[in-house]
Amino acid sequence: MHRFANPARFLRLAAVILPWTTGAALILFGVGLYLALFASPPDYQQGDTVRIMYVHVPAAWMSMFTYSSMAVAAACALVWRHPLAEVYARAAAPIGAGFTLLCLVTGSLWGEPMWGTWWVWDARLTSVLILFFLYLGYMALANAFDDPVRGNRAGCILLLAGAVNVPIIKFSVDWWNTLHQPASVLRMGGPTIHGDMLWPLLIMALAFQTYFMAVVILRMRAELADRKIQTLRMARAASGSA
Amino acid sequence: MMTRKKRRLYMLGLAMLGLGTATALTLSAFEENVAYFFSPSDLAAKPPGDKRIRVGGLVQDGSVTRPDDVTTNFTITDGAQSVAVTFSGALPDLFREGQGVLAEGRMRPDGVFQAAEILAKHDENYMPKEVVDALKKAGEFRPEPPGKPVYGGAGS
Repeated sequence: MHRFANPARFLRLAAVILPWTTGAALILFGVGLYLALFASPPDYQQGDTVRIMYVHVPAAWMSMFTYSSMAVAAACALVWRHPLAEVYARAAAPIGAGFTLLCLVTGSLWGEPMWGTWWVWDARLTSVLILFFLYLGYMALANAFDDPVRGNRAGCILLLAGAVNVPIIKFSVDWWNTLHQPASVLRMGGPTIHGDMLWPLLIMALAFQTYFMAVVILRMRAELADRKIQTLRMARAASGSA
Repeated sequence: MMTRKKRRLYMLGLAMLGLGTATALTLSAFEENVAYFFSPSDLAAKPPGDKRIRVGGLVQDGSVTRPDDVTTNFTITDGAQSVAVTFSGALPDLFREGQGVLAEGRMRPDGVFQAAEILAKHDENYMPKEVVDALKKAGEFRPEPPGKPVYGGAGS
């Protein structure tokens, strides 16, 4: 892993990967949205409202994936002092928060016509709202210190403490009675979603994943450039006063 | 002799283990409160008295009657137990016989559940209409009652 710890090596690798992930995201979103919004069949109960699911479910998956990856990065930063791990966590946080917000909003828009309510305080909805606040809390905490080293360390500890929420989100629908339906794809006994709807969903999930990779690479590059500028400024100030 | 990296790793592992255990214990202690609704079996096993509660299950086939323009009477069942429900107001679009439903309200002394609010409960099945029609024709379409009894009554 320390092979990739070198920012210069990361930047070279990123330059190779970025065009591919960007192109893949564009194509997958084009195909996925066409299948989801036009080519897939309406649901026997929900009718066309089911199409919200093709955005809601990938956003929910990505909200959990992004947080889990940030928690792993936080562990790498705290234990091994991996220099890129903090950069990754900082870069991924606003994207993950965006996915979580998208998940909450689309869920609400689906819930009103289907359940008959915008929001309930059941275990699934509440734990996802907590995830959203964890993202916001991390971003606030990591930037709350004058010394970026202390801010990043405090942020990493919050990320790891909040990681207990991820399995709670995933299994809330199995452990407790919730208004939210149980899992339809990642469950024991195979998917309970018909193939004509499953394929568009998986393509949309890949589209979200490649979009995330492209944006996180861009944001990590910006973060590294920002750090370089800070270092140069400090060096100039030091030489100016000497 | 432990390296600093190893010590940090063990400390992190211990802290996560402690936090995970504490969370698991807290959540299992509050299981009754975390459950969003009870099943009809729970109501039979532990009568709720005058408390405002939510009960969830399937709308029993053929149980829906409308005595007047605003009132709907129906039965919620979990397969083992059932409860009669009466409700005045607008029903959600997904309310239909044989499908999941949640009723929030109070048990009346005469044993009928007076609902103040009705929510539709969607299950995990997503299918086009033709597939469901084919399943129904083959007699293979059997929606499961949502949730499970909180007090470990029938069915668990």
